[in-house]
Parts: sequence; C-alpha cells; structure tokens
Amino acid sequence: MYTPEMKASIELVGRSRNRRLKETFPRLTPDEKQKLLKDFHPDHRPDTLRELKVGKSAGQRVPHELADVLELKSHLDPDTFVLGSPDYEVDVLVIGGGGAGASAALMAQESGASVLLVTKLRLGDANTMMAQGGIQAADKANDSPVIHYLDVMGGGGYFNKPDLVKALVFDAPFVIRWLEDLGCMFSKLPDGTMETIHGGGTSRKRMHFARDYTGAEIMRTLRDEVRNRGIEVIEFSPAIELLLDEEGKCAGAVLLNLETNEKSIVRSRSTVLATGGFGRLHVAGFPTTNHYGATADGLVMAYRAGANLIYLDATQFHPTGVAYPEQILGQLVTEKVRGLGAQLVNAEGEQFVYPLETRDAVSAAIIRECVERKKGFTTITGQPGVWLDSPMIDLIHGKGTVERELPAMYRQYKRFGIDMSQEPILIYPTLHYQNGGVEIDDEGRTAVPNLFVAGETSGGVHGKNRLMGNSLLDILVFGRRAGVAAAANAKDGRSAPSGKVGIEHVRAYHRELEKAGIITDRVSPILLPDYTRRR
Amino acid sequence: MASENSINIFVMGKKYEVPKGLTIMKAMEYAGYKFIRGAGCRGGFCGACSTVYRVPGDYRIKVGLACQTVAEEGMYLTQIPFYPANKATYDVENEKAALGTLLKYYPELSRCVGCNTCTKVCPQELKVMDYVNAAMRGDIAKVADLSFDCIMCGLCASRCPAEIVQYNVAILARRLYARHMAPRAKHLEERLEEMKAGKFDSQLDEMTRLDTAKLKELYNARDIEP
Repeated sequence: MYTPEMKASIELVGRSRNRRLKETFPRLTPDEKQKLLKDFHPDHRPDTLRELKVGKSAGQRVPHELADVLELKSHLDPDTFVLGSPDYEVDVLVIGGGGAGASAALMAQESGASVLLVTKLRLGDANTMMAQGGIQAADKANDSPVIHYLDVMGGGGYFNKPDLVKALVFDAPFVIRWLEDLGCMFSKLPDGTMETIHGGGTSRKRMHFARDYTGAEIMRTLRDEVRNRGIEVIEFSPAIELLLDEEGKCAGAVLLNLETNEKSIVRSRSTVLATGGFGRLHVAGFPTTNHYGATADGLVMAYRAGANLIYLDATQFHPTGVAYPEQILGQLVTEKVRGLGAQLVNAEGEQFVYPLETRDAVSAAIIRECVERKKGFTTITGQPGVWLDSPMIDLIHGKGTVERELPAMYRQYKRFGIDMSQEPILIYPTLHYQNGGVEIDDEGRTAVPNLFVAGETSGGVHGKNRLMGNSLLDILVFGRRAGVAAAANAKDGRSAPSGKVGIEHVRAYHRELEKAGIITDRVSPILLPDYTRRR
Repeated sequence: MASENSINIFVMGKKYEVPKGLTIMKAMEYAGYKFIRGAGCRGGFCGACSTVYRVPGDYRIKVGLACQTVAEEGMYLTQIPFYPANKATYDVENEKAALGTLLKYYPELSRCVGCNTCTKVCPQELKVMDYVNAAMRGDIAKVADLSFDCIMCGLCASRCPAEIVQYNVAILARRLYARHMAPRAKHLEERLEEMKAGKFDSQLDEMTRLDTAKLKELYNARDIEP
C-alpha cells in the first residue's frame, strides 16, 4: 500500500531502529518549549484568531471559524416566533447524548429529577465513543490527586481554574469506581490491579484503559444504563435555541426534528448543555479527529443566552493524526502508540522530539520538522507528515503487542493494506479538542441561572492544553456533578421562571449583530458540517 | 464505464460517477448526499454507517462501514442506519453472571441455528457465532472477551435467521463479567478509603492557593515515574 518513495524512507527508519531503541531524545526545557509553541503552534499564528464583535465576551480572540458561527443569526425569528404550549415538561433537560450528557442524565435521575435527554444524532454518537487512549485517575500507591493536580496545571500552562482542577482530580478515583460498578470492562491484571500507562505530560502511570476502546466501552456502558433506567431520549432532535424568562434564567429549549423539520418546546427547571466541541468547524483548515456532530452548537446557544466564554483561543491539535492513506486523513492515531514506546522520526529516520511531551509541544515540533526543517515526508497529494515508528512496540513488549493492545488501530490500517506492527505509519497534527468553552463553576453552573454546562462545551479545567486521559475524566466528573446540581436546582423554588418565557435574548443578540455591521441571513448552530461537493 | 480516475457507484439504484479511492461515505458526499442518519464518528467506532452492497459478477451480499470501506466500480449499495432491535432492561448490580440471566432476557439465544452468517457479516471481524455459542454455554467471560471490539452496528442482527440481537446479548455479558466476575481493584478501594478519610484534602486546598511561580517550580521539579 505504501508507494516506492515511501518505502525508501521507511527503509531508513528501519535501519536506525535498533540504535534508537536505546536512545531517549532529550526533553524540552521550559524555555525551549515556549519558543517552539510561539513559533510553530497554530494558536500563535496571527491569522488563526480574531476578536469577537458581539456578545458578553466581545473583544475575546477566538478562531475565525468559531467567530463565524457565533456571529450568525438564530434559526428562530423573534418577530414571528410564537411560544406554544410545551411539548415536554421536565425537571432537567439534558442536551447532548455523549458521555457528559449520559452521566448527567443518570445522576439527575438518581437524584430524583424527571429527565429528558435530547440529542442531535443517536445516543452515544459523540467524541466519547472515539476516545481510544484512556482515562486518568490517581489511584495507585505511588500517585496522589495532588500529583495529578500538578500535572494538569503544568500541562494547561497554569491557566486552569484551580477549583475545577481540584474537582477533576478529587472525583477521579470515584468515577473509576462508578464505572467499575456499572460493569465497564477496564483492562486489569489477574489480581484486579488496573493496568495503567503514561500519557503525554503525566508524571505517574495513571492512564486506565479498556484495551483501545476505552471511550467506546465507557459510552456503550452508559448508554445501556440510560436505557435500562428508562430515561426518555429523543434522537435526531438537537436543541436550536434556549428559552429564557424575563430575568434571563434558562427555562428550556426549542428542539428541531432533523427528519421532519418540526419544532418542539421543552420546558425545564434546569438545563444541562453537553453538546461537545467545535472540531468539525475545521479551525485553521486542519482535518479533524472529531465526530460528525462536533459543530459548537452549545457554545452558540449558551453565548446568545449570556454565558461567558473562556480560553477559546487555545485549540488542541493531536500530534498524531493520519497523514496517509488519504481515505482516513485526519483520523486519530491514539497517544497510546507513543505510550507503548513508538518514537517519532523524520523522513531520514532520526528522532526530533521526545515522544511524550505535552500534545501542543509535540504538534509544534512535527510542524517545525516538516515546515521549517523540511525533513518530513510529503505524500503524493502534498500532505506532509513524519513517521510514527510503531514496529518498535513489538520489539519492546514482545511479538503480538500491537495487535493485542491496539486492535482498533491495527484493524484500521490493515483495511488499507498497512501492517503497523511491521511498518511505521505517517502522521501529522490534526484538530482534536476545544480546550476552552463556556465558563463554569465546579458544579457546572454558568453565568446564566438554571443553565449548566459539562464536558467539552465547557472551559477552564484544562487551561489552554488538555492532557490525554483528562477528557474522558472531565466529561464524567462534570457530567455527574452537573446532573446532581441540576436536579437540586430544579427543586429549588428560585429556579421557577419569572414572567414571560421566550427568546427575547435572541432579539437583543440580532440587534447587536446589526449594530456591529454584520448583515447575514445564515443561521447557527450549523448542526451538521456540509461535505457535499460544491457545484 | 467511468473515466480513468473515477468509478460508477449505485446508491439505492441510482448511478453516480465519483473519484476512485474514496470511502463509501466520502463518495456519497461527493455525489451530493448530506447525511443526517448514516454518519457518526467517521472513524470506525460508532456503527452508524452500516452499509450493504453487491459488486458486479458476485452473487454475495457484502457489508461494511461506509466510513471505512473504499468504494469500488459498480458497487450497488444502500445504508442500514437503523435496524429494530430487542433490548432488554435490567439492573446489572442485582443480576447473576450466569447462563440463566442471559436466557431470562434473551431466550431467543437458544434458537441459534449455527449458520455463521453473523460472523461473516461482522465489519469488525469478530467471531460472533463463537460468542453466541459461548453465551449458550453460559461462558460469560468468553462472550465478554470475544465481543469486546463490537461497535453495535447491528449488521449481525439484521441477517440472523434466529432473530437474535447478538450485540445486546454481548453487552449484557460484558457488563455482568466486569461487574461480577472480574477481580476488583484493591488499590482503588484503598485510595477511596484514604480520600473518604480526607487524607488529601488539605494538600489539595493548598495547591489551589499557590501562585503560578510556585506551581511552575513544583512542576518543573516533579519526579517522573520511569
């Protein structure tokens, strides 16, 4: 499947392999890392970001592609929209059917609330399903939540909000236990000890995993449990706008049935937004690892409703996206490949970065190697990349390790005629994660009363760079917390709507757009990306 | 015949000329389809894009995930984005990891005729019939192991003459196995005890009060487990 030109480069990689097995590339010093990021990370390129013109966070710099959707009109026209009688009335409305939404729904119901979960695609269609690497938790004797805390802060560039990080690392072992109780099949040693490995930026081996289907195993378990508990779920019906009362408190949402185009009204005392991130907006033109539905819907709705945004100037590029074959361009090659010992090498077969630096640094180093040093390999379609030397894994851990520990990855490449246990794979950074999002407190509350946000839609816990294994953790910690808090909030008399409920905030937002000179008929959330051929 | 760099595919019987080498999903998008159903993770993990097809000169029905299968000349295809399935509801906590539990919720298990069609259609190349057989023997650990890479796309169930929903049997078995048969993690239990006793509370609080300079100092000096 590799071209002769690629084979020639692969030959060089193979020749240096035995020597490299004994070599450890020096880690970056803090100063070197800063310079590398400044020079080569897309966040720092002057043409990636622009200032928001409207809304509460006007002046904040966010990626163009996000500003483009934030600065569009609502699907609803405030002049013609009439709020009919509600189609659903619940204590807690959960918007989003990924890991954060499912855990919020489970915990809200367990706390005694009536719950409705609505989602744009199917329950479980989310980035959670795709997370291969693992989930962090400090539950081994040589580790502690305090050490985990330090890793998170350092990885995030010290921008992380301390109270959120504390919640994250404190709840982590409890989340693992919750999953174990639900029957989630973690990889364990025969005595029950959880198998744990390093991830980029971890100082202890605290990455728990379920073979290389960690996210899928968590998601299908949660999905099964949501169904077992009889929580009502409406699929293919995204929320397109939040409803607010006269005091600006959230009071529900308007749904759009994607198949019939019918709109319906949900009235709720608490609303949990868990719609995921913005990967499918293709920031800075990068391909993405993200799910089809990752179009920033939650950011758009929460922002119109008056929530604050934080750290959306920081986008995470996963250092190892597929650069070849073209059919799966941009898809994720899990960090576990490096965790198991595979090195990153250039077209000449030489290492250029320590493979387990934080993701931002590894991405920048790969871009530097290709763009500045011209030592990457460029494919026939013009896609640059460097080699991830996966055959090292079987040499280090024994024959059959790749197939056993990375079955999803192995299968993926086999489909295109590449045996990654024998030949290295070509990779390049790919858009992976929205580091920032809606500002929340440690129970998922936002600046909008009755509105909670959990998971990738929120921002602050990861600072400006999330570590591997902290996203699956984040969605469960804050999904659960938001679910419990939303249920309690629903029972609190103060959450009842005051005066008329509607979309007056949309009218105000439209007026702001007009004042800023933004005249458009296009609407957001965009709901789905359009990959049809432009004719 | 299409031109040198393109092929003809038939989406639900309608012909489209698309470039060679695209996955079925990208080929359909090239042809103008904007998916609502039938697309999900686009990475082979979610089972949203199950597709059945035939190719010229072959009587057999083939299957694949649209996001993972390369389109080929003359491919005659349709997606199966949804297939009705029987899903039992149960409380894993209070069930036994035993054959009786599987049969209580999915009695149709015993109707398996051993045709092996499920194994042949699995896009994950799982030995589906083997795990169905293991389920019929009550070997829950084996079901869990053999079915682990299941993405619940539903293709097995769509073709099963015994009307078994294999993937739902499998998730029940996996959850029973992980909850009741897999050994519990002792180190986790110990850590939870420590945390409930407040062992890390004051240290964590202290961390939240440190300024960036001090945090940096600690971070840069931290020892890293080899």
